[in-house]
Amino acid sequence: MNKTVITVVGKDTVGIIARVCTYLSESNINILDISQTIVQDYFTMMMVADYSNATKDFVTLADELKKTGEEIGVEIRMQKAEIFDMMHRI
Amino acid sequence: MIQISEVVETNEMITKENLDVRTITLGISLLDCVSDNLEQLNKNIYEKITRLAKDLVATGEYIGKSYGVPIVNKRISVTPVSIVGASACKKPEDFVSIAKTLDRAAKTVGVNFIGGYSALVSKAMTSAESLLIDSIPEALSVTEKVCSSVNLGSTKTGINMDAVVKMGKIIKKTAELTKDNDSIGCAKLVVFCNAPDDNPFMAGAFHGVTEGDAVINVGVSGPGVVLHALESVKGKDFGTLCETIKKTAFKITRVGQLVALEASKMLGIPFGIVDLSLAPTPAVGDSIADILKSIGLEQPGAPGTTAALALLNDQVKKGGVMASSYVGGLSGAFIPVSEDRGMIEAVEQGALSIEKLEAMTCVCSVGLDMIAVPGSTSESSIAGIIADEMAIGMVNAKTTAVRLIPVIGKDVGDMAEFGGLLGYAPIMPVNRFSCEAMMSRGGRIPAPIHSFKN
Repeated sequence: MNKTVITVVGKDTVGIIARVCTYLSESNINILDISQTIVQDYFTMMMVADYSNATKDFVTLADELKKTGEEIGVEIRMQKAEIFDMMHRI
Repeated sequence: MIQISEVVETNEMITKENLDVRTITLGISLLDCVSDNLEQLNKNIYEKITRLAKDLVATGEYIGKSYGVPIVNKRISVTPVSIVGASACKKPEDFVSIAKTLDRAAKTVGVNFIGGYSALVSKAMTSAESLLIDSIPEALSVTEKVCSSVNLGSTKTGINMDAVVKMGKIIKKTAELTKDNDSIGCAKLVVFCNAPDDNPFMAGAFHGVTEGDAVINVGVSGPGVVLHALESVKGKDFGTLCETIKKTAFKITRVGQLVALEASKMLGIPFGIVDLSLAPTPAVGDSIADILKSIGLEQPGAPGTTAALALLNDQVKKGGVMASSYVGGLSGAFIPVSEDRGMIEAVEQGALSIEKLEAMTCVCSVGLDMIAVPGSTSESSIAGIIADEMAIGMVNAKTTAVRLIPVIGKDVGDMAEFGGLLGYAPIMPVNRFSCEAMMSRGGRIPAPIHSFKN
């Protein structure tokens, strides 16, 4: 399994999760977990997903999600999960 | 499972605290390029570098985007050119032709610096090494990307004072040849004691002869992250302070380790080391000086500065060593003046002198770095400053370095502008008393007694 962490940070509006989920589904990425929190008045959503069978290259996916975020006024980051595992787990 | 708070913490480090991987440096051995025909040698060098490094920049960009962490610089280090060019180069101009080849190769593959225009002369100089050193001023003035370093001493060999004196002259000449740009040539030239073979940071990176055909070395950074972490332990005791730095250094270094392994895998080149240095940039908050202030100093240079830096350096290593399977290079806190906004301010306020910086170099990596001095500083005074720093490295069995910029046409009170990561620097005063008679003795300083450990 190849895990990615997708974070969405910004002002909460209608349809953010829908947009991201639609994109992921179209790219054949399987969502494993979703959680959300409020950090300094900002809505923060985190998705853990499996991109093993994604139809596009990872960096293309990350770029396209970033662009989607810009369209709806939130910041979307898609990162390989290893960076978090490395930093926070021994 | 990863927690959302951990993801937020990592991403805040990247977006707000300037966490980045400072450099992926590809070390390339040029030993198999050697030829006694200069034209052939240059051709071999160009071909080998452009072949091995053709995907370096794209790979760095890809990894950066995959993990969402900036990889600021992609660089190359090569075998010291004094060795590679020894049989083909009969005059300094021949070596300059190699510098031009390195510059061309660096531009072709898109790296921002290439290091290894170097000579290792800690005991004595071969005639080729002497020629290379003579060629440095011209080489640095006619190229953009080439960085040069000279190892002048070591704990095992002592200090080659003939070479120290020569470098005093070479630094001055390099400053003259690049005086139209605030003597920027000197920012690409560093002298060492105990130079490491696997340093990924410029200007001192070269691919030592102890290394293999090619290697990936990574330099991490993150003064801003340490600074942010320290804000939460204001007023707490040293145990808490040290623990916080250590944990932060661990996290920063893990990112370096991840990037190094990934780059190694993608490029098919072995992973060498992660260099645990805290490297500042002129960006606000990305400053070693600010960390020292956060520890409790009004300005760097105040009494207590050396102790604060010693603990910072030690904790960075303690946290970092556990985070990486192989640690090397310079590994410690850098204290360049021009590249650190807080250091610049400390100099402007009169808090920090060259003498205090010298004391600080006893307890951290690397040395007197990116310090602008008056253009009128004599060659012998520059040599004397170098000799002092080499002595600190030799006696303490650590790497020390000097990167001084005598800015031609400027004096104390003026500012030198280097641009980009190299930053800007106020001209610092140099002790006005002479060391001419000492510098004219010739020969070398013997190795210290504690180097005889066998």
